[in-house]
Amino acid sequence: MFNFRRFFLISVPYIWLLLLFLVPFGIVLKISLSDSALAIPPYSPTFDLSAGWAGFREMWAAFDFENFLWLVDDSLYIKAYLSSVWIALVSMILTLLVGYPIAYGMAKAPEEWRPTLMMLIILPFWTSFLIRVYAWIGILGSQGYLNQFLLWIGVIDEPLVLLNTSLAVYIGIVYTYLPFMVLPIYATLEKLDGDLLEAAEDLGCSRISAFWLITVPLSRPGVIAGCFLVFIPVVGEFVIPSLLGGSRTLMIGKVLWDEFFANRDWPLASAVAVILLLILIIPIVLFQRQQQRAQEAGQ
Amino acid sequence: MRNRFSWFNATSLTLGFAFLYLPILILVVYSFNSSKLVTVWAGFSTKWYGELFHDQAFMDAAIVTLKVGLASSTLATVLGTMAAYVLVRGGRFFGRTLFSGMIYAPLVVPDVITGLSLLLLFISIGLDRGIGTIVLAHATFSMCYVSVVVSSRLVSFDRALEEAALDLGCTPWDAFKSVTLPIIAPAVISGWLLAFTLSLDDLVIASFASGPSATTLPMKIFSQVRLGVSPEINALSTILISIVTVGVVTTSVLTKQAAVRRKRQEQEAAKQD
Repeated sequence: MFNFRRFFLISVPYIWLLLLFLVPFGIVLKISLSDSALAIPPYSPTFDLSAGWAGFREMWAAFDFENFLWLVDDSLYIKAYLSSVWIALVSMILTLLVGYPIAYGMAKAPEEWRPTLMMLIILPFWTSFLIRVYAWIGILGSQGYLNQFLLWIGVIDEPLVLLNTSLAVYIGIVYTYLPFMVLPIYATLEKLDGDLLEAAEDLGCSRISAFWLITVPLSRPGVIAGCFLVFIPVVGEFVIPSLLGGSRTLMIGKVLWDEFFANRDWPLASAVAVILLLILIIPIVLFQRQQQRAQEAGQ
Repeated sequence: MRNRFSWFNATSLTLGFAFLYLPILILVVYSFNSSKLVTVWAGFSTKWYGELFHDQAFMDAAIVTLKVGLASSTLATVLGTMAAYVLVRGGRFFGRTLFSGMIYAPLVVPDVITGLSLLLLFISIGLDRGIGTIVLAHATFSMCYVSVVVSSRLVSFDRALEEAALDLGCTPWDAFKSVTLPIIAPAVISGWLLAFTLSLDDLVIASFASGPSATTLPMKIFSQVRLGVSPEINALSTILISIVTVGVVTTSVLTKQAAVRRKRQEQEAAKQD
């Protein structure tokens, strides 16, 4: 029997996602193969439905990989891809180093504190990302609060250059992505069986070696999930490098934005997007596999 | 995890939370600074708040943001709940893998790519860009978050309850309305709140999806902030931070109370048996 209700329930979100998620990607792919042109819209060939099949063949014939060759040819783009991945890797490690002790402290805290601590970690996540990045402009500027403070206690004689450097970008990333690292690690640490640690100490382990031999290996799923949750979005990050980074901090999200809004080169911007997506597919697939394995292990 | 709470733990928590909250605290304190020079304290004043409310461009942007947020999060909640229901209860259907892929993919695709692809779609079908296109864009990516939140709740609840309602003569819609919906309601509400915050927060996708006629608050803030720190932005940030803080604290207190009440009711029911 044809179930109309079920059909309706499935098709509404399905068609919505097809039209507003999948089809747009098709268009990006199509435009990345087109040529840049001084027209509105600024690319050719444009697809003309009224020309029918002949029009489609004509459009197909005009496609080439020129934009992608351009990306490979110009070292700016390759540098931008490499430096985005590098910045994402370094800031992932920094976030882990800052986040692990916090998650560990939360898991060790008395049980009645934990809901409050959880809320304190999640609260910044709900406040605007833009505002949290903006807060650092005032802190790191040459007249900023940090420089004023350091001058006042006499550690430095003249203001440090902090804003518009890679350091500022790293600080901004660690600051805004910290909850994504802390929460999954805390989730695994909280479930950790304390008896294991006691057993290890009874058998002569020191507290520190018990930590390295038991706590760290058992928290691995949380660490891996946290690392992916930081790494993947940071590669395409736009707001942090454009507000805190200088002209020398090259990140691909910003290159794409400038290519589109400043240079108005839509085909090139689309090609940048296609390559960025291809780069991200590897970590995304790995992440999904890891999540699946964690789920199966949990059952 | 048992084991004692050491000095190391206390220090790392203190430093960690100081790192998280000090920048926000400084921002809030300096929004009450009377000096135009943002980093020099010159006495307490609320004049930047006054100036903010007289700045028509900010007020217009706030209204656009609110409209977009309300419309897109409501749309996202309806679509996301449907999608979650399909994913958890839908059984097998043609293209199920593609469907679940499309639900999870937007969570990890960079904003610049989502924004660019939507803009190119709107242009190629000749849609006028403005509030409407931002709503479509926001509803699309936040429905995925809603469906993740709602489906985790749907997975965990006893399907026999729905079946009992159907056996007792409910139509499927009645069963959904009077059994399923009340049980998943907390997840639906938090999904709505999440979608609303995501919409309020988004700069990149809105910048791509909007036209010259509509500027959202984050777009306005971004264009101002590029020129440096300004006391008006500090005041605006403080307002936004207070709204979110009050909202989050209230909901967490309410959910805690609801959980306590439910537990008490269950205990009483068990006693009567």
